[in-house]
Amino acid sequence: MTRRVVITGVGAVTPLGIGSDPLIDRWTAGESGIADGYGRCLDFEPTDFLSKKEVRRSDRFTQMAIVAGDEAVKQAFGEDGALPYDPYRVGCVIATGIGGLVSLEREQEKLITKGPKAVSPLAVPLMMGNAAAAAVSMRHGLQGHTYAVSSACAAGNNGIGDAARIIQVGDADAVVTGGAEACITGVATSAFAAMEATSPTGISRPFDARRDGFVMGEGAGVLVLEEMEAAERRGAPILGELIGYGVTADAYHLTAPQPEGEAAAKAITFALADADIDATDVDYVNAHGTSTPLNDAAETKAIKAALGERAADIPVSSTKSVIGHLLGAAGAVEAIATLEALRRREAPPTVGYEQPEAGLDLDYVQGSAKPIANGDGPVVAISNSFGFGGHNAVLVLSAN
Amino acid sequence: MATQVSSENVEKTIYDGLVELGTERDDLSREATLESLDIDSLDLVELAQIVEDEYGVELKGDDVKDVKTVGEVIDLVVAKAG
Repeated sequence: MTRRVVITGVGAVTPLGIGSDPLIDRWTAGESGIADGYGRCLDFEPTDFLSKKEVRRSDRFTQMAIVAGDEAVKQAFGEDGALPYDPYRVGCVIATGIGGLVSLEREQEKLITKGPKAVSPLAVPLMMGNAAAAAVSMRHGLQGHTYAVSSACAAGNNGIGDAARIIQVGDADAVVTGGAEACITGVATSAFAAMEATSPTGISRPFDARRDGFVMGEGAGVLVLEEMEAAERRGAPILGELIGYGVTADAYHLTAPQPEGEAAAKAITFALADADIDATDVDYVNAHGTSTPLNDAAETKAIKAALGERAADIPVSSTKSVIGHLLGAAGAVEAIATLEALRRREAPPTVGYEQPEAGLDLDYVQGSAKPIANGDGPVVAISNSFGFGGHNAVLVLSAN
Repeated sequence: MATQVSSENVEKTIYDGLVELGTERDDLSREATLESLDIDSLDLVELAQIVEDEYGVELKGDDVKDVKTVGEVIDLVVAKAG
């Protein structure tokens, strides 16, 4: 008997505000958190949530993971956050694409200007990619499988998917999982601009003919996953179910996606098979939709290849149209947005999408949100994430 | 130019440093234990960097491993500089 995995808590820090509510409320209303070409979390002041010492002991990406984690854990386990399971059976898998780049660049500057003795002993523990997983684990006493997942912009989905697997094989009863990223820094913005990955106009308009690159964003998304029967026994708030996970690699190019999206399509197909459903059961697609010319074309082909005729009948929208690209946090934040869209049965719009391009002919939800239809039964969505390095990770979520 | 080493100066440097590290100023006294202030080994390394910047006195992990109170840290710096 397969152990089923449900979602019992969500938390987010995004350019749309602190919390998962502003993420889905504002996106559904068509509001954007992008300003001056970046998706910054302008409302996020770490000292509002953390002590001075906690702030010193964490990079910005970790701080965001902690705050998103607090929200998710509170929703799942109650105000006091007391674990309903043996702590050794509660894991913590937090993904990141890059890690503590803010800290790395600050310490590098000290090394160059003041010499090696000025470098903080905290430099490495702040920048290491597993810092967020470690911090969230310490904060809530999570002592099961705890580590970071790193697969660039697919990392959020890989983290959540792997967390679900840990529960499915019986190694944990719950896993606090998600992704965090905060690297709107000199090195990262310069590098992405140099490879012409980011938008020179600073506009995120996925699938639009005028799209010219992604807009960098920052933030964190954290979900609490639990084994379904255990969650039901303790009367946990069940928000939805993670029913499928599919992973492939392009094995093609360091940064460019395979133009035909073959491996991406395969990841969708594997995810549907894992969920034991057909393409006709899918009611909504939360696209990776970066707003780069290459991704949005290849992803459209992948969706069509994997879903066949169903692709033309269902809404496909991109959260990145309103928050930019959160890299290793993208999949996690988008999984939360997808889940909440299903719960409301409303597909939020791809904001800024106006001009179609030949071949990009899916229903990208232009203008305003539209219903996700499937009678009274549960509704199902796939959420795609693809990353530099050719990583493809797809989640299948369902909600009532 | 290194600051002149006096007990008063060192005390001020250490107190300011500990506040910078997240300690409440009201909790500080010579008798306060590092443990009660939640100052751990990583904090002590950062404090040692502040001291070295100010007085040119190098404190190694071995120097501070048995130090229990704020007063002992101050005395150690003064002694090392002397």
